[in-house]
Amino acid sequence: MGATLKDATAIAGIGQTPFAKQLPESEKTLACRAIVAALDDAGIAPSEVDAFASYTMEETDEVEIAKAIGAGDVTHFSKVGYGGGGSCATVAHLAAAIATGQASVGVAWRSRKRGSGPRPWKNTQVQLPTPGQWTRPFGLLRPADEIAMLARRYMHEYGATRDHLFNVALACRNRANQNPAAIMYERPLTREMYMTARWISEPLCLFDNCLETDGALACVVVSAERARDCRQRPVFVHSAAQGLPAQHHGMVNYWNDDPLTGPAWTAARHLWKGADLGPQDVDVAQIYDAFTPLIPLSLEGYGICGRGEGAAFTEGGALEIGGRLPLNTGGGGLSEAYVHGFNLITEGVKQLRGTSTAQVPDAATCLVTAGEGVPTSALLLRS
Amino acid sequence: MTPSMKATTDNRPGNDADLLLPVADDDGAPFWEYTARGELRIQACADCEELRFPPRPCCPHCQSFGARWQKMSGRGRIWSYVLPHPPLLPAYAARPGYNAIIVELAEAPRIRLVGNLVAAADAALNSVDPARLRIGAPVKVAFHAMPTGVTVPRWLLERP
Repeated sequence: MGATLKDATAIAGIGQTPFAKQLPESEKTLACRAIVAALDDAGIAPSEVDAFASYTMEETDEVEIAKAIGAGDVTHFSKVGYGGGGSCATVAHLAAAIATGQASVGVAWRSRKRGSGPRPWKNTQVQLPTPGQWTRPFGLLRPADEIAMLARRYMHEYGATRDHLFNVALACRNRANQNPAAIMYERPLTREMYMTARWISEPLCLFDNCLETDGALACVVVSAERARDCRQRPVFVHSAAQGLPAQHHGMVNYWNDDPLTGPAWTAARHLWKGADLGPQDVDVAQIYDAFTPLIPLSLEGYGICGRGEGAAFTEGGALEIGGRLPLNTGGGGLSEAYVHGFNLITEGVKQLRGTSTAQVPDAATCLVTAGEGVPTSALLLRS
Repeated sequence: MTPSMKATTDNRPGNDADLLLPVADDDGAPFWEYTARGELRIQACADCEELRFPPRPCCPHCQSFGARWQKMSGRGRIWSYVLPHPPLLPAYAARPGYNAIIVELAEAPRIRLVGNLVAAADAALNSVDPARLRIGAPVKVAFHAMPTGVTVPRWLLERP
């Protein structure tokens, strides 16, 4: 057995810009601000950075970042595909590089002006022929439509209702109402608002869809040994995984035997295999929430509950503070900011530092997941 | 990068020339050649005979590069459906109440095709009352020739 990732590295710093529907600065500037803030949080000089990881959809490349922030010689850089499915993998790639001696100070980041910029699905010229030729001409245009298709089937097979999806939206909104940095900080959500909201893709309404946000976030990954000497309490990367299941088809995963078991199931098997802990040990979870149905699907995939039980799991305030599994405690993509899930990573760090605006008492283990439906990734963080 | 579809400049909703068209890749091209002849065919391995969709160069079961296109009965059931609402591309926003469905094919339920449920092959994309949509409803294929020369499969209720 060679090197293991288990607790070998830690997140030593986090940084973020304000979140808004429209920020005046460029994505490049926002990225630099978040990264410089994260390094300052860790107490590490930018000149010590020798690794970068981000998303393939990130518009600013590491060359621009490195020369702007004053990084040193960089010996590891990687980008992960599949949009929000890559969030946790950015940290996982840095952890692997640092654990195997390829680098010592890694920065992962995401900067995006999705609030004021274009909606990707409106650009019909850049969609790949596969699988676009099988879906787009029939008006299955947007990620919301693609996930709504799975949601309808899920509701049919397991008796899930819109009230279950509302439970998800409400938990995220309630946490955002505690978080001054959240877009929806001062905007409570009621069941009546949810049930009378306009449809986006029936059975999904407005509040089943994430925000459209301008903002950037970053985190700094170093060895566990180094992290203990940094400015903040270290948050250890206990386990990490990516997941591209056999015969998977991207977000339109309609063509394998069982479309309701997505990439989360694959990532979860590897995540738990590399951990000393199991799903029952998770104190707080940050589950990728571009759309509310991703929560029950992910809860099932990561083994928090059984197959078909994800919707029922949300009942009785289970996702609220004090519930069985407090969820997306900064407000998530639904109510804090939608920056391809990176705010879920930084919120996981805040929980394990004990500094969340909706702190779960004595939280020691946090599950963070990336986009379900697309090839995905996940982290198990420990204090 | 190859564009997957092109919107024409003819925006008259009546003739569907404003809808997105499938732009085939090498693997998918035969599917659209068969639909133009009014046939629904799915790629099958020439060696182990396993059906596969979407089409691809190699059989994931036996790694054979030989393929043939097997004719389907054109019957199936609705596996799921959505009703997209704005914001949408203008052509689709102009057809409020349109549906997108997934059909699982009768002889191969793992093969599922995205399409539209319509009242007749050449009827409007929003020609079926959304209240008629049901998971499990039996449907049969119909072929709609787009004014641009592409023929797309559409779906009719077996019991309208």
